[in-house]
Amino acid sequence: MSERTLRGKVAIAGIGETTYYKHGQSPDAEFKLALQAIVNACRDAGVDPRDVDGFASYGGDRSDGPRLAAALGIRELRFSNMHWGGGGGGVAAAVANAGAAVHSGMANCVIAFRSLAQGQFARYGRGNQSAAVGGDDAFLAPYGLMSPAQRFAMKITRFMTEHGIRHEALRAIAMASYHHAQSNPNAVMRGRPLSEEKYDASRWIIEPFHRLFDCCQENDGAGAVLVVPADRARGLRHKPVYLLGAAQGGHHRSAAPVHNAPDYASAHFKTVARNMWEMAKLGPQDCDVVQAYENFTGGVLLSLVEHGFVDPKTANEQLVLDNLLVSGGRMPMNTSGGNLAECYMHGLEMVNEAVRQLRGTAINQVKDAKVVAVLGGPMVTPVSSLVVGTEDTL
Amino acid sequence: MSTHYLPEGLPAPAQEPIAQPYWEGTRANRLVVQKCNGCGKHQWGPEWICHRCHSFDLGWAEVAPRGRIYSWQRPHHPVHPALNGHGPYLVVLVELPEADNIRMVGNLLGDPMQEVTIGAEVEAVFEPHDEATPPYTLVQWRLVK
Repeated sequence: MSERTLRGKVAIAGIGETTYYKHGQSPDAEFKLALQAIVNACRDAGVDPRDVDGFASYGGDRSDGPRLAAALGIRELRFSNMHWGGGGGGVAAAVANAGAAVHSGMANCVIAFRSLAQGQFARYGRGNQSAAVGGDDAFLAPYGLMSPAQRFAMKITRFMTEHGIRHEALRAIAMASYHHAQSNPNAVMRGRPLSEEKYDASRWIIEPFHRLFDCCQENDGAGAVLVVPADRARGLRHKPVYLLGAAQGGHHRSAAPVHNAPDYASAHFKTVARNMWEMAKLGPQDCDVVQAYENFTGGVLLSLVEHGFVDPKTANEQLVLDNLLVSGGRMPMNTSGGNLAECYMHGLEMVNEAVRQLRGTAINQVKDAKVVAVLGGPMVTPVSSLVVGTEDTL
Repeated sequence: MSTHYLPEGLPAPAQEPIAQPYWEGTRANRLVVQKCNGCGKHQWGPEWICHRCHSFDLGWAEVAPRGRIYSWQRPHHPVHPALNGHGPYLVVLVELPEADNIRMVGNLLGDPMQEVTIGAEVEAVFEPHDEATPPYTLVQWRLVK
């Protein structure tokens, strides 16, 4: 029986994004932003948007596939897919689902995308405004536990307390993103560098590990990638960026109600990371660059640990700014500014950056990058991650 | 002076049918959670099936209102209009060793700026909201001296 894998079978042939805005500042409607990013990804690949035949997204994206297909005059829609879960847990899954569709022959040319206009719609960081709440929230919201930061904070408290990891490790994660954003013209936080002093003086969102700069922004914009079979990618404009491994899901009962996941102090990547590395036939030591989704810097720590990039025993020594920078770092991370400082496009901007790194066209280019890992939104089950590589890695 | 830990105006629990014995229990100052009639184990939050033995015959049982702090947080940023100007408060995740280590979320009563220790022993304090329509009772926690 032939091996069941996506390794080397599909590639990202085009990337697209819009201008990124602070939340509420996009002059364009969310659906228009989605269209712009998709058209840009098609142009980048040199593919007629009418030849796209599928859409994959996540986080409950409001720009639905059939409407996109109608607006773009797509000839035939063959794949429409929404990955369960909120936020950016599904960013890598959307790309992988697009890949699975084109590899299986269900579709030929699929866009994975995310579009957000928080001005047009509600923000994430505000609690539920209803008078009464049901489901899980009935056991959480009356105690003032309502926002994403609050939903995840106690995982981080427990993990960091258990392993003696200092807040400075999280500060380094935040500073790496801000550092890289300073040279990125499309980064929302360009021109607003982050120093240790500024970080330390920032207000508490939640003690003990969430200062203001540990938390992502909310932004308006859209991002998209075009996924095609590997053979087709070779005939297109750019060096193909091959999907080497991808996985999604969560470990045993990771979404158990009312904070009852047996393995609680986790980003929920333990099985997902294992499955991704198995498919890629690679490990963290093979990656030249890491894009690690920051909803909160504590989540990045958990994510890096569960993918094998960081050992909790040495996290305090490993997670220092110099080690995370393109210039001289052993583990260059979030090289375009990430969710914290480029744009909170639910990680889609990180997939685009992974592609630029492998094409050799990134603004903060890691020399001769051949393998890049993209770790999707931590703690938001079902989580997902992927690893991509150049032709050399096949 | 309000007897409630947090200010008025936060969402009330909807007291849905799946959790009715829990809400009825809290009104009588009793902690009642799901207990499987198939395998005899406790589970929380309420679900239609036992995740261990797949029995749909889920009963309810009173458990000791005691536990230990599994994790905690002290939110400062107000995420709801009712919390504007209120200042920091403590949320704890409490593990119940006498009920198969199920966990519950509540507030830790006392000084919101107190030092919190994972593993510290706590006991339940029932916080009635009699004025609400319908009335309900929250389960809060305080350190065992």
